[in-house]
Amino acid sequence: MDKLTFGVTMLVVGMGGTLLTLGIISAIIALMKKIFPYKKEEEEKA
Amino acid sequence: MLEAFANGFSGLLAGFMHLQISNVVMIIVGCVLLYLGIKKDFEPLLLVPIGFGCILVNIPLANLMEPHGFLRTIYDAGIMTELFPLLIFVGIGAMTDFSPVLENPVTFLLGAAGQCGIFLTLGLALALGFTELDAVAIGVIGACDGPTAIYVTAKYAPHLLGAVSVAAYSYMSLVPVIQPPIMRALTTEKERMVVMRATRKSVSKTTRILFPLVITILGGLIAPMGLPLLGTIMLGNLMRECGAVERLTKASANEIANVVTLLLGISIGATMDGKIFLQKQTLIVLALGFVAICLDTACGVLLGKVLYITSKGKINPLIGAAGISAFPMSARVVMKEGQKYNKKNYLLMHAMGANAAGQIGSVIAAAVMLSVLKGMGII
Repeated sequence: MDKLTFGVTMLVVGMGGTLLTLGIISAIIALMKKIFPYKKEEEEKA
Repeated sequence: MLEAFANGFSGLLAGFMHLQISNVVMIIVGCVLLYLGIKKDFEPLLLVPIGFGCILVNIPLANLMEPHGFLRTIYDAGIMTELFPLLIFVGIGAMTDFSPVLENPVTFLLGAAGQCGIFLTLGLALALGFTELDAVAIGVIGACDGPTAIYVTAKYAPHLLGAVSVAAYSYMSLVPVIQPPIMRALTTEKERMVVMRATRKSVSKTTRILFPLVITILGGLIAPMGLPLLGTIMLGNLMRECGAVERLTKASANEIANVVTLLLGISIGATMDGKIFLQKQTLIVLALGFVAICLDTACGVLLGKVLYITSKGKINPLIGAAGISAFPMSARVVMKEGQKYNKKNYLLMHAMGANAAGQIGSVIAAAVMLSVLKGMGII
């Protein structure tokens, strides 16, 4: 594999993969916040 | 008798006789690192042991990095096995409160943008003639994350470890100098003045406990090669959030992190032997590391501008600059810069969100990079 192909692959797949992974994590956290909403009383008890 | 005296005396002079100019230069470099750490307070926990290790390894005939030398023993036990950076990560996880990013999950995207410098610098290093794995190690300076840079470099380009580690830690400590001019150049005064609403507490304990598990499982499945990095930081964070193992959390955040930081620092310093370190290549690595952090900042601010437009002016693009792993220094820089233009603007918590996202982003980026390399058959 030549260096240009390697560099472009790393940029596209690497950066794309990072963005996608963090995007998915962001969506899951948003979903988790809806499923497990913050309750002040529970936090105080804990 | 006289000959015996002469021989004995020559033993005392042997160190001076074997001192080369490269050793002298590196002893001065070591002293500069000590000065920066002690006097200027630039990452003293690392620069002091690194600087001292650098001085130790450049004293001739002590053979501290030869087989059975004490620095070689520490280096082989902790760096070559990747143990030190991973133990540091357990400590970082135990110390870091990820709540700001959980309050506003969209800031994860800023943590991704803050990693662009890694991949762009990797391309630049390739263009300058570095091999694929050397370019990866150089690019990872852009993670702005010392343990990640050390983990990747020790594994795939150990000959660059000294240069990469010094670049990573030095530029991290120079974030307050490097970032503001880029932030000002890429934003308008109107954008810098945007006041962001205060976030209210909205993350339940359950979410905070599940977060490290989700990151570990999902991240591990997507990028299994980076699981040691992800797993250790998230283990530390799980211990912190669950509250059930307070002793382990405290030990990870204090005793373990402190001991390992000392051993890690002195081992990195030990790689700075003048004969190996003083090469043109080292200067190029240092320059590329600087470029990487500038690119990270620029990409973060540019994504911040996109969010400013899409949110109809509710998001201050300056917080994008905090999407790097220099935690919490970068968030403080953003806060300070925002207040220069609007004294009533408190961007700290928003910037902390982006900064915490940058910390996770840097680990994810390294993990993804390693898995892509594995997929391509490079490693």
